[in-house]
Amino acid sequence: MGSSSSVNANFKYALQKSENAFKAAVLIQRWYRRYVARLEMRRRCTWRIFQSIEYACEQDQIKLHDFFSYLMDHFTPSSSKERDFISRMFISGESFKEVELEKYCDYESMEVPDSYTGPHLSFPLLPDHATALLEAFKQKQQLHARYVLNLLHETRKHLKQLPNISHVSTCYSEEVTVCGDLHGQLDDLFLIFYKNGLPSPSKSYVFNGDFVDRGKQSLEILIVLFTFLLVYPNEVHLNRGNHEDHMVNLRYGFSAVHGRKILKMIQNVFCWLPLATLIDQKVLIIHGGISDTTDLDMLEKIKRHKFVSVLRGKKRKESNRNVEIQEINGESKADASPATGPSPEPRPAQAPSMTNRLEFSKWVRQTVQEQIEWCRRLADISDSEEEEELTSSSCVSMADLDAPCWTRQEEQKQVSILDILWSDPMPQEGCRENTVRGGGCYFGPDVTEKILEKYSLQFLIRSHECKHEGYEFCHNRKVLTIFSASNYYEIGSNRGAYVKLGPDLVPHFVQYQANKTAHTLTMTQRISRVEESAFRALREKLFAHTSGLISAFKAYDKDGTGRITLSNWATAVESVLRLGLPWRMLRPQLVRSTADGLLEYKSWLEDLAVEQRSQEHIQSGLLEVIYRNRSNLETIFRIIDRDHSGLISFEEFHQTWKLFSSHMNIELTDDGINDLVRSIDFNKDGNIDFNEFLEAFRLVKQSQDSHSSRGLW
Amino acid sequence: MFLFADRVEAEIEKKVIEAFEVFDHECNKTVDVREIGSIVRSLGCYPTEAELQELLAEIEEEEPTGYIHLEKFIPVMRKVLLERRGPILKEYINNENKCGYLTKEQLVKYMTEEGEPFTQEEMEDMLSAALDPETNIIRYKDYITLMIADDA
Repeated sequence: MGSSSSVNANFKYALQKSENAFKAAVLIQRWYRRYVARLEMRRRCTWRIFQSIEYACEQDQIKLHDFFSYLMDHFTPSSSKERDFISRMFISGESFKEVELEKYCDYESMEVPDSYTGPHLSFPLLPDHATALLEAFKQKQQLHARYVLNLLHETRKHLKQLPNISHVSTCYSEEVTVCGDLHGQLDDLFLIFYKNGLPSPSKSYVFNGDFVDRGKQSLEILIVLFTFLLVYPNEVHLNRGNHEDHMVNLRYGFSAVHGRKILKMIQNVFCWLPLATLIDQKVLIIHGGISDTTDLDMLEKIKRHKFVSVLRGKKRKESNRNVEIQEINGESKADASPATGPSPEPRPAQAPSMTNRLEFSKWVRQTVQEQIEWCRRLADISDSEEEEELTSSSCVSMADLDAPCWTRQEEQKQVSILDILWSDPMPQEGCRENTVRGGGCYFGPDVTEKILEKYSLQFLIRSHECKHEGYEFCHNRKVLTIFSASNYYEIGSNRGAYVKLGPDLVPHFVQYQANKTAHTLTMTQRISRVEESAFRALREKLFAHTSGLISAFKAYDKDGTGRITLSNWATAVESVLRLGLPWRMLRPQLVRSTADGLLEYKSWLEDLAVEQRSQEHIQSGLLEVIYRNRSNLETIFRIIDRDHSGLISFEEFHQTWKLFSSHMNIELTDDGINDLVRSIDFNKDGNIDFNEFLEAFRLVKQSQDSHSSRGLW
Repeated sequence: MFLFADRVEAEIEKKVIEAFEVFDHECNKTVDVREIGSIVRSLGCYPTEAELQELLAEIEEEEPTGYIHLEKFIPVMRKVLLERRGPILKEYINNENKCGYLTKEQLVKYMTEEGEPFTQEEMEDMLSAALDPETNIIRYKDYITLMIADDA
């Protein structure tokens, strides 16, 4: 008896002990799994923040267009100076004929001084030049402007011979490597070459657009890519991306540094980049995507260089879309409208002396149409001309100003290029306008299926969207997105990747992150860091909408207590910012302290802007306008800054503000403008460094090393 | 009193929807069933794997499709949130192993053999954050504090 009871007792004790162990383990595991889940949620929210801000930025293009429309409709110049100023706003580039281009961007007379220690290029280029160039850029050297211009001229000559759709075969070089967006991140290109090898007769490369903008070394990337293009013309293929576009460059900062000639040449090289690449007639590579009207046969025939910028002023309406589809499918009765006569001379660049507002407005409209690439030449006439005109100068009859000023055919062509460069895949079936980006479509798996079937393709490769792992499949593995700019939003935000295809056309991926720090961080640290960056941007956005937010909060605070519930906070914030973010999930990071679950909103808003005490003297409405429209202001300043020096005169600055403030309905006195100027230290002979000015209006100053100083917001 | 309860419930529902939508990639009010754990946990719950399975049984379709619909998720989640009680980890740990630390081997054995065992990935990840590489021990009190501090 005794022994069995003690056995019992032992048994019970053992059972209890193992039960405790089990409970303890489960407890820790529960906690740990919850911790990881929360990290994952934070990571996704952070990603959503970056994406929504990035795409909201792209909508700024439309606001810019509104500003120009406003100017056209409301502004009467009261002096010749004002007239000149306005005309400069709209003339962002003269049109060049071929011969003139050579003369203007002439490099042969440029002397390379003996003191120059950078690489020397001679043409035709050899592999040694390419490796010397890579080495030089690694040592942070620069290529002399003469060589840059020479290279650009040769590149253009080469690209002119290429068809719109490049053909690559895997029987010559066994493997083809496809890279996505690089966005000026030279370190990523170095990493790709290091891991995968340089282009060579046995190693083909396709670079799928968006070489420039956002990153700091856009010009270097172009130089490297163009050099390899010329050294190995059969093995290196470049596709045009939506950022290889003049208007987009203006917005995102590519034009700031490089001198007018180089910029002009680059504009005229971009428009000659091929639009697509086909591997073994089976894999189609385009930068953005496709639409339900994509027609490869038509794409082959377009004169692609005529479309220097494909951005349009007006959004395409859904109804127009249906009409277009009908016409393309041959369902409409009439053909494209005929050309309306021979093209008269392009207008001169100076504003005519007219004081009549209507006349002036018309003239301005016309120059706008000519110069900001909102107008297209009449297709049939252009075919017969021998000399090429390089930008989109053209002629428009006054009567056509509000109607589409180009033929159906022309419009279709432009739309088809726009779709190729700007579209994104979506999970739902169908094809609809890409309102977030302001160009191209969202295309569904059925659209993909149709195109693949129509041209007997196996799958599509595209880029254009940042992906956390550097690549992502969708549409049943028929569409592959490849993105090669690692740490795109912030260090640790995403990996970059490239894909290799052999004759079996089975994709093999290589991922990387071009920043040593990212590797040494734990997952928690990495997520926290990217999160910090995202929230900084979000706080700035909130600050920029202070007055809107206060009104929204007040609507929930009828008793004027100065406090609202957190639930109402979330609803109010979304109604003002409209970013589609999960505010209740983000709240812990944005709202630190509450009293009894209620938020004192005024002090919360003030805390957001704790860094900006020095700008208290600037009227608050104006401050918000600056924060909210910074990227547009930057673009406008750049357009005015004709010699691309980064400086504009005090008078031009003054003018810009007067116009902009009246458009935004803010009263701005001369004193108010002086206050603005005083917010930065300037003493540059009466000129203003507008980059410095705009930098003064960031909530948190970006450090030199910080990857996030990018004009993303 | 009723009004207040209503508001609390409405707020809970909004929170549930928000969390759900973060994982709704196709924007069609469904999420992959494998993400449900993350969603439930980031809403403030600490389910055991067993409890999670029970929850899934309630919200899955009669014939499981691999996807969970928002309409089924909301009522179940609402109930869970209104009734939940979180475990007090701090107190529990304080009552247990007195020396304040575990060796790496002890922790690995414990976590991969006891309770609802960790996968290798989970184990490695916990170690990368919790393990002191020089001494090879885990001062679990510090680690727990880290995990708790992160709580909203």
